[in-house]
Amino acid sequence: MMLLQPSMDPNRKRAKSVDRVDSVDSGSESFESTRKCGFPDEVLERVLSLIDSHKDRSSVSLVCKDWYNAERWSRRDVFIGNCYSVSPEIVAARFPRVRSVTLKGKPRFSDFNLVPEDWGADVHPWLSVFSTAYPFLEELRLKRMAVTDESLEFLATNFHGFKALSLLSCDGFSTDGLKAIATHCKNLTELDIQENGIDDLGGHWLSCFPESLTSLEVLNFASLNSEVSFDALEKLVSRCKSLRVLKVNRNVSLDQLQKLLLHCPLLMELGTGTFMQELISGPVTEFKTMFSNCKNLVTLSGLWDATPLYLPVIYPACASLTFLNLSYATLRSDELANLLAHCKSLRRLWLLDTVGDKGLEAVGSCCPLLEELRVFPADPFDQEIFLGVTESGFVSVSHGCPKLRYVLYFCRQMTNAAVATIARNCPDFTHFRLCIMNPGQPDYLTKEPMDDAFGSVVKTCTKLQRLAISGLLTDRTFEYIGKYAKNLETLSVAFAGSSDLGMESVLKGCMKLRKLEIRDCPFGNAALLSGLTKYESMRSLWMSACNVTMNGCRALAKEKPRLNVEVMRDEEGSDDSQAHKVYVYRSVAGPRRDAPPFVLTL
Amino acid sequence: MSSETSTVTSEPPPAAVASVSSFNINDTELTLGLPGESRKSGAKRSFSVIMTDLNLGGTDPSDSECSVVTKSPPSRKQLVGWPPVRFSRKNTTKSDCKYVKVAVDGAPYLRKVDLELYSGYQQFLCAFEDLFSCFAIRNVSREMKLVDPANGVEYVPTYEDKDGDWMLVGDVPWKMFVESCKRIRLMKNSEAIK
Repeated sequence: MMLLQPSMDPNRKRAKSVDRVDSVDSGSESFESTRKCGFPDEVLERVLSLIDSHKDRSSVSLVCKDWYNAERWSRRDVFIGNCYSVSPEIVAARFPRVRSVTLKGKPRFSDFNLVPEDWGADVHPWLSVFSTAYPFLEELRLKRMAVTDESLEFLATNFHGFKALSLLSCDGFSTDGLKAIATHCKNLTELDIQENGIDDLGGHWLSCFPESLTSLEVLNFASLNSEVSFDALEKLVSRCKSLRVLKVNRNVSLDQLQKLLLHCPLLMELGTGTFMQELISGPVTEFKTMFSNCKNLVTLSGLWDATPLYLPVIYPACASLTFLNLSYATLRSDELANLLAHCKSLRRLWLLDTVGDKGLEAVGSCCPLLEELRVFPADPFDQEIFLGVTESGFVSVSHGCPKLRYVLYFCRQMTNAAVATIARNCPDFTHFRLCIMNPGQPDYLTKEPMDDAFGSVVKTCTKLQRLAISGLLTDRTFEYIGKYAKNLETLSVAFAGSSDLGMESVLKGCMKLRKLEIRDCPFGNAALLSGLTKYESMRSLWMSACNVTMNGCRALAKEKPRLNVEVMRDEEGSDDSQAHKVYVYRSVAGPRRDAPPFVLTL
Repeated sequence: MSSETSTVTSEPPPAAVASVSSFNINDTELTLGLPGESRKSGAKRSFSVIMTDLNLGGTDPSDSECSVVTKSPPSRKQLVGWPPVRFSRKNTTKSDCKYVKVAVDGAPYLRKVDLELYSGYQQFLCAFEDLFSCFAIRNVSREMKLVDPANGVEYVPTYEDKDGDWMLVGDVPWKMFVESCKRIRLMKNSEAIK
């Protein structure tokens, strides 16, 4: 995380440095001058270059002017959590020698269609600046950015040592852009395309990798729909001897996969294509040895259309798997149970709720080392369905997997008692995301609000960093959160709360809060303004379909000039009209210059 | 996109509203509070709501009422972005969407429809009313025709099948049609006769 210091000037001594050094030695000034004399810059830079964590580096940069300079010269990796919090020019001025950039753009709710198209987060201005500032840029990781084919072509042709491209939840480009990357990036080691709003114009892009390209280590095109040339894929895989991650799309058949696996025995992560064959002629025996060569496999995903007939093919690889992603396979409880019996080393497991509570019982009994569980709904929008998982499945897992840290759980019913049990069984939760799919649904047994459920989570799980709440919730939930969730950094709220007090409790109590996203809650201007002193220490605040008005937003903007207070309007209205979607974030770059007409910066 | 969002507009299409006589928005509005409590009048809530499937006549295929019908009729309205599931996860259990191009003779651009959304020919043809907003369906004996009321021009729905042949829509069972249809063309009747 890049620490934002609006008055950061490399040549100015920082007042804060005195406080920092104080903790080491009370004679701060003499301490500093001693340090200056006995510690050459080169040595300092060398030492600091060994520090990887962004948070640590930010702390380092605050110590004193020398450390700030040494840190900025040795920074290779820049992480920008909100592309509008800073400008590319500022980044380039501060960090002259960057090789890797991670950029995140749109607010997270854009994943669920709450942000209109053409909102922004265009990567191109960044690429323009980087082409002169960082011509030796090697890695670019983008999340929720708008990326065009022109930008991809620009990237491919202007950065000659470019190695790694990762696009997650981006949109605006097509497979033509991928063609440019494949064609021009001679040293490409990583191409990772996930969950994007991409225009799939066909699989020819893969054939654009030249014969001379042998450096690929990561290739992930699982989320693309069109068929690639298997011949091109096979040749590519066989000449890239360092390939360790290969995730193909659904069009790659089982026997094609088998051929691919022969060429990459060093593979660590595999995403299969479709996991069944139309023609049945002694199928399973053909594939029985498919995984026997993959000694290094730790991650397995894909498995579309996997059936009980073909699933046993993966058993030989299961013992060493630490991450199994079954969220595209519609397995039933018995199929899952049979599979998990072989997966003793699992740390991370993603499932579809077709496995039911019985399937989750199997998780509890087979996977004692489990740290992460995600259960996705197979039919999230069908309101007539009463299948899926319930509180009892979650409780079973918590009994068998006390090391659980990360849970994402979609269900249609829950009770306060069950969540209390779960929290007691798994006190180490750092990420607790519970989605009761019917908005405002109470404890289905007692008919009470789900306040106590989340109360027990925040009271028991002191390490909690991320929380997503759901169900019928009053202000009490937020009082609990404000009072107990002292390590909370990210909070997602929907259809919850009774009054402004709710949001106020959270803003007052959660010292480490960085991201707050709220939709459809009765929080108004008083709640919004109660966070006046807090928002500059946060990355962002999102509020949509709440009771905030334009006047409230204007008041916030007026008090806090270093915040960008943006309102997305559906139509023109009077001063005191509703502010439908509000996005507030700190920035050293000032108001956006590329805001579309429907985004109003106050 | 899955069924509930492919017919997204900011207001319900005119055909759907016309067919809904007894629908009362207040009945379905979500409120906070324990079951049985009356709604607090002061609370201003604005939900981002997309109205889908206002079919009150059940899923009887012979029902001539034309609203935009999806496969599973939900009893209440669906919310934008809820549950918070990414698009890429929506169609895991269903087969791939079957999007086909629809060309209308004389129209400057084509449209696309997802054949998987419809469970029969009747509903399918109703979609054209919405898509092109200038057609009325006329069933003459067993043939289906679409008419532009402005000038009385008749259009005959035809489709290209897997073999590349142009066929008349409606001859084969619906499922077989969905399976074999590659694209659709609404031909001006004079052309079709030739």
